[in-house]
Amino acid sequence: MDSQAIATQPGVHDAHAEHEHAPHLRHHFESVEQQREASSFGMWLFLLTEIMFFGGLFTAYLIYRNWYYPAFVVGSHQLSIFLGTLNTAVLICSSFTMAMGVHASELRKRKELVGWLVATFVLGCVFLGIKAVEYHEKWEKHHVPGLNFSVQDFTHPTDAEEKPLPMDMAQKTQVYFSLYFAMTGMHALHMIIGVSILLILIVQAWGGMYTQGHMTTIENFGLYWHFVDIVWIFLFPLLYLISRHQ
Amino acid sequence: MSKHQHNEVLDTEPTHHESHIVSPKIYGMIFGALLLGTGLTVAASYANFGVFNAVVAIAIACTKAVLVILFFMHVKYSSRLTKLTVAAGFFTFLVLITMSMTDYISRAWGLW
Repeated sequence: MDSQAIATQPGVHDAHAEHEHAPHLRHHFESVEQQREASSFGMWLFLLTEIMFFGGLFTAYLIYRNWYYPAFVVGSHQLSIFLGTLNTAVLICSSFTMAMGVHASELRKRKELVGWLVATFVLGCVFLGIKAVEYHEKWEKHHVPGLNFSVQDFTHPTDAEEKPLPMDMAQKTQVYFSLYFAMTGMHALHMIIGVSILLILIVQAWGGMYTQGHMTTIENFGLYWHFVDIVWIFLFPLLYLISRHQ
Repeated sequence: MSKHQHNEVLDTEPTHHESHIVSPKIYGMIFGALLLGTGLTVAASYANFGVFNAVVAIAIACTKAVLVILFFMHVKYSSRLTKLTVAAGFFTFLVLITMSMTDYISRAWGLW
């Protein structure tokens, strides 16, 4: 029904004035609770498609790791456990600050909300910064398949504890690094989208948008942010940790 | 328990999103548990459990993920619809991964 059709129906337009309701309640919902439930349900459906998306990458990792096991073991030895652990801690901190942000929004505390959102934003940027340092190191060590890759480290390892791989298996480390870049890259892309949205939310929250009863946007963004955190919780052990002793 | 009583018990569960405010204390505890889990999984990776290194790492990761989903993402306090949606999603994901792996394992696993 277009706006003109609404205007020609007497009474429909006045319906707005007849009953009291929260200004953020849309007319096709019966109550604020129903509206909130519907938007949360929609957000979860979106997150399920994200689970399937990352799930495909995880399955590929699982299968290739079993196919080219020695290549995946030496590949994972090239990652820095220290930077990986640091980044995990940073991301968990950002999830905590985000949860506190949702809490502040529920309590309608504007300055607190802005503070927590800024903290989340900063931590998100720190994560991306550390990730950039790691990527840069990969580039310097010639571990970027397709652009800058050399099997030298795997056929003639400098570390005495590392066994040299035969040429054909050493080539397969490219599969490991391809998956490393695909998985952490998609995760980083989600982080970049996340901090971009956060920037908008911070400006809006500063203007008092999410501390007057309407908070589904903050709540749903929180769900997104925590989901990205969960993806990293699985990426970290799978890429960095599980092949330390092989 | 009669059927009527049983229904009454079910009815006490929220059928829609009630504004349940989780206290910062709970967030703090979950935050601590997640950091502890991170420390634990790193420490466990330095110990040699053979094939169980991967199992331990994934078990810790799953525990952390469940904590995030239940408390940070409020699923523990959400409606049955949301709980069902989340559970159905993860279940479907597990079915897909299991079926794929079943296929690969049954085709000359390890003989490449």
